[in-house]
Amino acid sequence: MTHDKLLSKLFPAGHNVIVQDGLVFGGGTLGGSQPVHVIGVAERSFLGVEGAIALAEHVLSAVKGTARHPILVLVDSRSQRMSRHDELMGLNEFLAHLAKCLLLAAAQGHRTVALLYGGSAAGAFIATALACDTLLALPGANPEVMDLPSIARVTKLPLEKLQEMAAATPVFAPGLENFAQTGAVAQTLDPAGDLAAQVLEALSLPPTLDERDRLGAERGGRPRAAEIAARVCREAKTA
Amino acid sequence: MSQAATTTQRRVSWFEATARQRLAALLDPGSFTEFLGPAAREISPHLALFGLPAQFDDGIVIGQAKLGGHEVFAAAQEGRFMGGAFGEVHGAKLVGLLRAAKAASRDAVLLLDTGGVRLQEANAGELAISEIIRAIVDLRAEGNSVIGLIGGRAGCFGGGGIIAGCCTRLIVSEPGRISVSGPEVIETNRGVEEFDSQDRAFVWRTMGGKHRYLTGGADCFVDDDTTAFRAAAIETLAGRTPLTVSVLEAEQARLKARLKRFGAAKDGSEVWQALGVTNPASVPGMDTEEFLNATKAVRESADDAR
Repeated sequence: MTHDKLLSKLFPAGHNVIVQDGLVFGGGTLGGSQPVHVIGVAERSFLGVEGAIALAEHVLSAVKGTARHPILVLVDSRSQRMSRHDELMGLNEFLAHLAKCLLLAAAQGHRTVALLYGGSAAGAFIATALACDTLLALPGANPEVMDLPSIARVTKLPLEKLQEMAAATPVFAPGLENFAQTGAVAQTLDPAGDLAAQVLEALSLPPTLDERDRLGAERGGRPRAAEIAARVCREAKTA
Repeated sequence: MSQAATTTQRRVSWFEATARQRLAALLDPGSFTEFLGPAAREISPHLALFGLPAQFDDGIVIGQAKLGGHEVFAAAQEGRFMGGAFGEVHGAKLVGLLRAAKAASRDAVLLLDTGGVRLQEANAGELAISEIIRAIVDLRAEGNSVIGLIGGRAGCFGGGGIIAGCCTRLIVSEPGRISVSGPEVIETNRGVEEFDSQDRAFVWRTMGGKHRYLTGGADCFVDDDTTAFRAAAIETLAGRTPLTVSVLEAEQARLKARLKRFGAAKDGSEVWQALGVTNPASVPGMDTEEFLNATKAVRESADDAR
């Protein structure tokens, strides 16, 4: 789905969201009833230092306001921008800063909901969609850590073999279904239905503690994580 | 064990040490209690699929200890196992430790040594990194500190670099490298003209410990020596910086100023020149004392805006 189409479905009565250089900023009234702040990455853009700091500024200005409106993060990106400039400037700090801003906004009472409507990968995914309380997705969205040909190169396994393995296990292969099974994606929306209503419904649920590992265990995509983390907490308590 | 006390001040390289050796040298002697140690045999459930050997601690050692008398939770990644990369179990151990730290209201010290996500279990690793970041923010928001120590073989790459950026304070040594995209990854994607991963000096000028310290990407610069890391960690733990909106506003200003001041630079040495370092070309060759003396007046400090 293009961002224009997505925005018109979310904000049928109009909005003041702008998309510039692959970055999304603004706000609107979701489904005509719920004011939200909007940020995001569009047009399959890479997220670099300039983009991350601009998005973080928007989050901080939302937090400065008195109203605790939800923050909606729309994502159709590629990975972090890979370049000499970005690493020389300390991209790790910029992406961490954006993630911290979103997480602290949630702690300040803003609901943070991401909607993955295209691609996302690696550091860009961590600093945007994965830094929200709730991650929603549209069918056809394609989150990944790394594409299979690159994984084949690094692991020195034949691509055909990897494709075969990917069909059997969700734990390493790209794709929405695989990420949903590991617990990253709370819910996949129905694009034929009322998108605004579906996002509003997700917003109406109270924020919870991080339950993605428990969800991953339930769905079978991350069999061990929740139990391991819980066991560590128990051992720490009795130590 | 008593040998350590009688040995004269022999320098032990942090870079060369294993995760367990680093913890033993860092923490107060005999104070460490491991959680979910090798005896629990919690191995990766995914590596066998790739015909790869597992390790009983999945490449990370976690537990509680004292550091300078201060009760802490500590985690050390083993860079020699799968490049210290985050897999499902490895990551979940750190998630659990940070959640436990919040419950017990303890500070945490993270001995990061990682190439990032373990590709054989990439989705689980990526998600664990996200959970770790969230747990760090939760812990810091309560007023506790998370100290990162970076100077290992594997560096601190990928999501590990982003975790580093979420810590309260970072202690680095010269061999410590912090970045998101690793040198080979940038070269593969953008070409050797953009990034020559074989040019070690260039790699260190771009993401090495000295560059990070000079630009405020790290707070303390120490010798590649376990004793120096311990002294810096004890000193750092004495400070207190809860994560608040005003800290993030200060970080916003700090990072924006960095882009404005240095954004046109093509090389670390140009950044150091712009900082006002007298002889930037000599920076890589300086020992720790020379380096700290030559740069203390001009380096950008993070000033707790992290």
